[in-house]
Amino acid sequence: MERLRRTMMFVPGNNPGMMADAHIYGPDSIMLDLEDSVTMAEKDTARLLVYNALKSVDYGDTEMVVRINPLNTPYGKKDIEAVVKAGVDVIRMPKTETAEEVIEVEREIERVEKELGCVGRTKIMAAIESALGICNAYAIATASPRMMGIALGAEDYCANLKTQRTPDGDELRLARETIVVAARAAGIDALDTVYSNLNDMETFRKEVEFIHRLGFDGKSIINPRQIEVVNEVFAPTEKAIEKARTILAAIKEAEKKGSGVIAVNGKMVDRPVVIRAQRTIDLAIASGILKEEEVK
Amino acid sequence: MSSIKERAALVEKAAEKMNKGVSHPENLVKNAASRMELQKESPKLATLEEAIRRSGLKDGMTISFHHHFRGGDKVVNLVVAKLAEMGFKNLHLAASSLSDVHAPLIQHIENGVITKISTSGLRGELANRISRGLMEEPVVFRSHGGRGSAIAAGDLHIDVAFLGASSSDPLGNACGYSRSENAKSICGSLGYALPDAQYADKVVILTDDLVAYPNTPNSISERQVDYVVEVDSVGDSSKISSGAIRDSKNPRDILLAQKAAKVIINSGYFKDGFSIQTGTGGASLAAVKYIRQSMIDRGIKASFALGGITAHMVKLHEEGLIDRLIDVQSFDKVAAESLKNDIMHKEVSANEYASADEPGSAVHYLDIVILSALEVDTKFNVNVLVGSDGIIRGAIGGHPDTAADSALSIIVCPLLRGRIPCVVDEVTTLITPGSSVDVIVTEYGIAVNPRRPELAERLRQAGLDVTDINILKEKARSIIGDASPLPFGDKVVGVVMNRDGNVMDVIKNIND
Repeated sequence: MERLRRTMMFVPGNNPGMMADAHIYGPDSIMLDLEDSVTMAEKDTARLLVYNALKSVDYGDTEMVVRINPLNTPYGKKDIEAVVKAGVDVIRMPKTETAEEVIEVEREIERVEKELGCVGRTKIMAAIESALGICNAYAIATASPRMMGIALGAEDYCANLKTQRTPDGDELRLARETIVVAARAAGIDALDTVYSNLNDMETFRKEVEFIHRLGFDGKSIINPRQIEVVNEVFAPTEKAIEKARTILAAIKEAEKKGSGVIAVNGKMVDRPVVIRAQRTIDLAIASGILKEEEVK
Repeated sequence: MSSIKERAALVEKAAEKMNKGVSHPENLVKNAASRMELQKESPKLATLEEAIRRSGLKDGMTISFHHHFRGGDKVVNLVVAKLAEMGFKNLHLAASSLSDVHAPLIQHIENGVITKISTSGLRGELANRISRGLMEEPVVFRSHGGRGSAIAAGDLHIDVAFLGASSSDPLGNACGYSRSENAKSICGSLGYALPDAQYADKVVILTDDLVAYPNTPNSISERQVDYVVEVDSVGDSSKISSGAIRDSKNPRDILLAQKAAKVIINSGYFKDGFSIQTGTGGASLAAVKYIRQSMIDRGIKASFALGGITAHMVKLHEEGLIDRLIDVQSFDKVAAESLKNDIMHKEVSANEYASADEPGSAVHYLDIVILSALEVDTKFNVNVLVGSDGIIRGAIGGHPDTAADSALSIIVCPLLRGRIPCVVDEVTTLITPGSSVDVIVTEYGIAVNPRRPELAERLRQAGLDVTDINILKEKARSIIGDASPLPFGDKVVGVVMNRDGNVMDVIKNIND
């Protein structure tokens, strides 16, 4: 099964209590933050805490991401060294504007991985948080084979754009669409920005429904309470599941007979349709609608 | 012809034969006072001191109290201070429960006024001091059902009961609420006071709203009451618990609640006519919210909700999702008001609620109970009384009663509270035996008692994360490590009674 990234939960890297059990809420990915949620005075402490959390907490199947400080700060390189050594799955770059920045981070990762003898283990994702970054989205998305996704960081982006966030999100429309298109063109994941008003779950749900329609793979979240809403929105409908099962069954049947092209209900089924069907089934399993053994 | 005068001789003869006197009704003098005035002269009305004196209370006797005002109770401190002032010694204080607010008892224990305590729980400074060996005699702990049974059986004999009531008439018809405009307090059900009222030798009602006769419908009947004492305040109702329905925002509580709700929904007991009881913890209350949605979605209604009744349960009842509320204790003002106003919201005594030996007690007909815990162990034993630091910090309540008699008992307990593991090798104190515990829900997985394989199978089928209790214990250990053993001393400071009246465990004193 391809890894699902419906929810990427932000956890401050200076909060051991939250880091210790963030996985029990079942986010697809956890992003331990060394950047904006940590003050200058605490950068070293947080790095040590995150290192130890990655080494000692059993996060199970959860994908572990660490948001590092930019390389043009005194912390960036140390962050990379620590978290690669701790075996992080993904390094998230903040405020990415050019492909060169990605290449630079890749170089640092590779240096550490060579020391450890595990070259290629660490993936990269880039948060795009400025107009320049949006203009370079495709270049960033394809800057390294380690790239697994790009994400929108809306707060900085809006400041840069000289606007502010609204409930409807009109100001983010271009950025969101650009990110989805760039990610798809690069064959990687697209992740949406956070929604920070925990008291307004209704607007949050609307936003998730909207970005789901746009084609995003998932959303960055700041609280476990947001997980259920995202998973509900991303859960496939029964009709979609039924259709996906019919398609996958027909493909299996066709493979047995050795025929290449098949048709279901009079419509030709080609590769993209099959990929979509498989993703529907994966989502259905992850949402608890289907059991793994039911689709074998 | 036959006149009264003529029959006089025959009357005398008949009286003699029956060994009775001859009545002279012509001597009757009617009291012409208005009855509103007359009742103010009720022989039962007394000051606290008069009531104590006339009750015949002596040194060494047993006095009793209820805890329906919880943290807002004023009766225990008021009465014991008066008893101390009057020079009483060596009394046995038998309360349905005690809490933080009863710290003033410490000085009365030190001065020898109180030398023995029976209760369901202890909290705060009083609990702290008793845990360290304040009393010579160990405190006797009973469950709510166990206390009711012990009183009925005579194991716990009460000489004088001092029962706070939010209204009473001069004859002693008393309630946990008042219908008068002078109402000062409300606690709703008086369920834990009813065995005391029924079985105590003397019953003193203390009320902060003396109303005109007849104060009906009444919880406690005048027939059981000997004295009525008017006081400024019997309790601060705002401290029963918060009045408003608040949804927990703690993500861990919500997670535990969702899991508990899933256990219930897939347990096989979630069907039309089921009955349910929940505790008051954040997770228990939140679970009700998720069960409610499933009840609506599936068109299922509950026949009754039992126990400590909360605003959450009242809401479901008013929505038509729960037919009846059976209330031994109202956990907030909304529940107390509902008990006062809704005929389908019924007050019951501790015995009718949870007695093991009464066939009609409600727990026998309870399908599902959700309970909390301080600790659970790998044998499914539960401790709700003594903290992992060896200090008494809780109450048995109806925990063992409901766990034992329900069809499905669910314990909701985080694996870890900060650095304290809550799934352990052996509980610090045995309160609810593992034989009566069916499911333990933690944030790291759900453990089902091996005695209930069919239940485990149903939950597994439903895709729930059913795991082994030993795995949970190991998980906690792997995260936190091994705790140092507690520095217990050799003195027994508490005795835990099982609900059948036998001794189940003891609590030893803790050293610094």
